[in-house]
Amino acid sequence: MKALASLFARELSLAWGGGGGPLLACGFMVCFAVILPLAVGADPTLLSPVAAGVTWVGLAVASLLSLERMFERDLEDGSLDILALGPVPMEGVVLVKALCQWLANGVPLALTVPLVAVVLGQLAGAVGLMMLTALAGGLGFALTGALGAALALGAKRGGVLIAVIVLPLFIPPVVFGAGILARKGLEQPIGSAVAFLAAYVLFALVIAPLAGAAAIRNAQS
Amino acid sequence: MIDALNIADLSVSRGDRRLFHKLFLDVRAGEAVALTGGNGAGKTSLLRAIAGFIRPDGGQIDFVSNSVRLEADEARRQGLHLLGHLEGLKPARTALQELSFQCRYLGGNESQMAKAIEGFQLAPLLDLETRRLSAGQRRRLSLARLVSAPRPLWLLDEPLAPLDSVWRQRAGDQMQAHLAAGGMIIAAVHDPLPFAARAFDLGGFA
Repeated sequence: MKALASLFARELSLAWGGGGGPLLACGFMVCFAVILPLAVGADPTLLSPVAAGVTWVGLAVASLLSLERMFERDLEDGSLDILALGPVPMEGVVLVKALCQWLANGVPLALTVPLVAVVLGQLAGAVGLMMLTALAGGLGFALTGALGAALALGAKRGGVLIAVIVLPLFIPPVVFGAGILARKGLEQPIGSAVAFLAAYVLFALVIAPLAGAAAIRNAQS
Repeated sequence: MIDALNIADLSVSRGDRRLFHKLFLDVRAGEAVALTGGNGAGKTSLLRAIAGFIRPDGGQIDFVSNSVRLEADEARRQGLHLLGHLEGLKPARTALQELSFQCRYLGGNESQMAKAIEGFQLAPLLDLETRRLSAGQRRRLSLARLVSAPRPLWLLDEPLAPLDSVWRQRAGDQMQAHLAAGGMIIAAVHDPLPFAARAFDLGGFA
C-alpha cells in the first residue's frame, strides 16, 4: 500500500511536470478550436452542427500528445527495471500510469471543453453533458493510450508509431461520445450511447493493464 | 528471506547467439561472487536473467530460504536489487525525491534511508536535480538505494566503474557490511572488488 501510494505520487508529479504536462494538451486543444472557424468560416449555422464531433476529434488528438513519455523514458533511463522489481505488479504500474495520465491530461482537457464548445457555437445547454462525457472518454483515451505506448516501446521514433497504433482504437469513444451529443441535440434518449461509451472505458480498464504489462515485459528482455 | 541462490543447467541466448550453456552457480548467504568475462560474454545477461528480465532457454534459477524453494517472481519482488548501467534517475527530480521514492517503493523505511544517506555522504547532494550530479555521485545515489531498502541479493553490473579510488573503497565497505549481515552479492566486474570474492569466469576473451 505504501509502495502503491509512493508510485502514484511520483507518477502524478512526473505527468504534471516534465515536458509540458497539461498545458501542452490544453494549449493544443484551444489552438485547434480557434483554427477551425478560421478555416471553414465563422458562420454558426456551419459550425454548430459539427461542434460536438470536432470537439471529440480534438480531444482524441490532444490525448495523443504526451503518450510517448509514459513508458519510453522510463525504459531508456532504467526506472522501469526498478518499478518491475517492486511489490506492485507491472499490471498495477500500467494502471497507475494510465490514471495519472488521465488526471494530468484527460481531466484538464475536459475542463477546456466549455471554452471550445462556445467557440464552435455548441448549444449552451449541452456543455455540462459534454464535459462529463469528455471526462469518461478521457479515461478511455488514457487507458488505450497506455496500451499503445507500451506496444511501441523500444521502437525508434516511437511517438509516430504510437499515434498510428492508438488513433484507430480511439474511434469508438469518439463515435459514442459525439453520438451522445448528437442525440441530445435531436432530443432523443442518450442512454444507449452513454452505455456504449462506459462499456468502452470498462473494456479498456480490463485489457490495457494486462496487455500493456505483457508488452513492457517483452521490451525489457 | 532468500538465503541461497541456486542456478543449475542455465542456458541463455540473445538472438541467434548462445551466450552460455549449462551454467551452474550456487551462492550462499554472506558470499560474494565476482563475475568476470570479456565484453559480450553475457555478464549483464546473466544478471538480468537472475532478475527475471530475460527468459532463459533452459535450466533453473532457484531462490531458496531455509532450504525451501521460493516462488521466483515473489522472491524477486521482495528479495533482490539490480543495479545496472542505467540508474533509473529522473533528470529533473532531486536526489532526495528519487531516493525517497525508491526507498519507499522497494520496501525501506526512514531510518534505513537516513543510514544510506550517511553511508554514502549524500546529504550535500540531496537538493540537487539528478542531472546536475556527476557519474560517480549518481552511482553513490544508486548504491544508497540498495542500502535504504534492505534486500538480501544484490545483482551489480560494474558497480564501482564510475567511482574514484576513495569511494571504491567505501562502497566496498558497504558491500562487506551487507555480506556480514547475511546478504549475497553477484557483481559483474572488470577490475577486482576491494574485498575477497569468489571469482566466476564466463570466458569470452578472444
